[in-house]
Amino acid sequence: MTRKQRRNLLRILLSLCLLAVCVTLDRTGLLARAGRAATPLAYLVPYLVVGWDVLRRAVRGIVRLRPFDENFLMAVATVGALALGEYAEAAAVMIFYQTGEWFQSWAIGRSRRNIAALMDLRPQVARRLLPGGEEEEVAPEEVAPGETIVVRPGDKVPLDGIVESGTSTLDTSALTGESLPLEAGVGTEVMGGFVNLTGTLAVRVTKPFGQSAVAAILELVENAAARKSKHENFVTSFARVYTPVVCGAALALALLPPLVSLTLGAAPLWQTWLYRALTFLVISCPCALVISIPLSFFAALGGAGRAGILIKGSVCVEALSRVRCVAMDKTGTVTAGAFAVTEIEPYGMDERRLLMLCAHAECDSTHPLALCARAAWGEPIDRSRVTDVREHGGHGVTARVDGLAVAVGNAALMRQLGVELPRPDDGATVMHAAADGVYAGRLTFADSVKAEAAPALSDLRRAGVRRLVLLTGDGEGAARQVGEALGFDEVRAGLLPGDKVRAVEEMIAREEAAGSRGQVAFVGDGINDAPVLTRADVGFAMGAVGSDAAIEAADVVLTNDDPRRVAVSILLARKCMRIVRENIALALVVKALCLALGAAGAAGMWYAVIADVGVMVAAVLNALRALRVRAVCPSAKTDRKETT
Amino acid sequence: MTKTYKIEVDCAHCAAEMEQAAKKTEGVRDAVVSFMTLRMTVEFEDGADEAAVMKRVRKSCRRVDDDCEVYLP
Repeated sequence: MTRKQRRNLLRILLSLCLLAVCVTLDRTGLLARAGRAATPLAYLVPYLVVGWDVLRRAVRGIVRLRPFDENFLMAVATVGALALGEYAEAAAVMIFYQTGEWFQSWAIGRSRRNIAALMDLRPQVARRLLPGGEEEEVAPEEVAPGETIVVRPGDKVPLDGIVESGTSTLDTSALTGESLPLEAGVGTEVMGGFVNLTGTLAVRVTKPFGQSAVAAILELVENAAARKSKHENFVTSFARVYTPVVCGAALALALLPPLVSLTLGAAPLWQTWLYRALTFLVISCPCALVISIPLSFFAALGGAGRAGILIKGSVCVEALSRVRCVAMDKTGTVTAGAFAVTEIEPYGMDERRLLMLCAHAECDSTHPLALCARAAWGEPIDRSRVTDVREHGGHGVTARVDGLAVAVGNAALMRQLGVELPRPDDGATVMHAAADGVYAGRLTFADSVKAEAAPALSDLRRAGVRRLVLLTGDGEGAARQVGEALGFDEVRAGLLPGDKVRAVEEMIAREEAAGSRGQVAFVGDGINDAPVLTRADVGFAMGAVGSDAAIEAADVVLTNDDPRRVAVSILLARKCMRIVRENIALALVVKALCLALGAAGAAGMWYAVIADVGVMVAAVLNALRALRVRAVCPSAKTDRKETT
Repeated sequence: MTKTYKIEVDCAHCAAEMEQAAKKTEGVRDAVVSFMTLRMTVEFEDGADEAAVMKRVRKSCRRVDDDCEVYLP
């Protein structure tokens, strides 16, 4: 609670007590005995205690010739009530109104804290290492690439760079959503926004602050609320038209029925109609709508942010909620981006022996495929069994394993050695082996599919996504295998970055041709796919904290590379839109009902203000539901602790 | 050039008024006020003196809502 909130709460409670005293004195007849002016004067005390600022703002509005706001509505209604002799009512209406305002500011403060936690990412200071070994504190923006900075324990790493000396443990959760700390030593890449936990590090800066991921994320978060959705704009323009219209209607209600009665020769009942008009004004206050719609979006952005899903503004929430088609990049998105042995085809020996020969022949190689072969073998390598290792650059390795002449490599190496292949390569990544000049078999390698990929796809289907497409630059064979195993509807292989844009455009055109308002999302790891991220209705950059271009191009940034978050984002957006629609409906229906009852004289000012504050509180509480990501998808990890 | 400033404002309506006031200020090409994050993003006209423009922005914001604050660096 801020100081202002505490002060206002005290004011409300104080005037509530004063009002109770007044009502008691009034009931016992003491006020009436004290003189004619005593009653209005007594009630004015609680009224002014709680409402003086509303009156002041209303007067200021009139002076500045822009009178139509909530303050004006409340001032006119309560002053009118005072003039009609409804003193208790005037004070009570003001108290209720201020209670509503207080509640609003509390609710906003609550969801603001979520965003504030994200903004804490901003590094305040960098310690630049001077040639003499001294340190100098400067703003992160002032440090140039190539300079060295010192990061002490407890500091935020201010800029992206590479560790030059020192070892430490770093908390990366704010940027990557990963709860496991990063162990950093010489040569480790660190990023701005990591928090150094244990040791002092010297870091050579590789990028200026403006190009770091943390700067791009801050930019995204700070400007997210500025990109307003259709619904928010609706509320703004609604309020602009609504208040003058309602004031006009209230005026008509105060004047027309009595005038009509007069011309018909009946009693005009000025007081009754004036009171009804004032009630009408109280009810018409549009605050439930005006506050709850932006608050719903804001709460959704905040809640998502805490779960590692950064959404660029409420426009994106709207688009996200209508995603019907998802195109996914293969490498780094559904696959881990690292190779593994997927198939072993021995010729004239068993699988283990083939693996053993490959792993041992490649025992010194640092080639990625060699690493995979050794990983597939899984047992320790006995180097004493290997002699005469010769690297054939770009082709493979020959060696003697247990005295056997083994050749391991690509088709070109086999040709060189005069070994005949039983069948030609089909585009997959393979490693051939020959023993004593005889073909021994082959290993097929493929990028391994992420464990989360299959659940991610079924989550997406459950979230109402009708079409899942796999896009990749890889060859047909490998792509089809992954696509079919995971249940994609369509696989498009061998695509250049430009082809991916065209593929996404085709999907968008198809949605439009089908006349649906379904949106097309593209999910990529942000490397080389900025054009597609921009072209898709909703672009997801996954685990893209390394690339500021991807963060700029994307609509949604996932801070880790778990593809299940895509479905969580969609569900969260849906929930947010549902809340928004509920609140619009709730506010409009209750208001319309109360307006009708008030105009007909069936509801007094008390009911009016209770209905008004009630709807507002209900709508705000409903909006705060959007903060809760866990309720959307129980499997979604929200590592960051709940803000209480 | 675009810069972001911290602001203090009480209600969404006042924030919208501040935005209008800031937009009309001389030297400002565009301004966006986010009530939720309490930030004002101002795009300056080319060659505008940032500090002087922001003083004017603060003044015109005060005119529409005298409780508001624009924190200048």
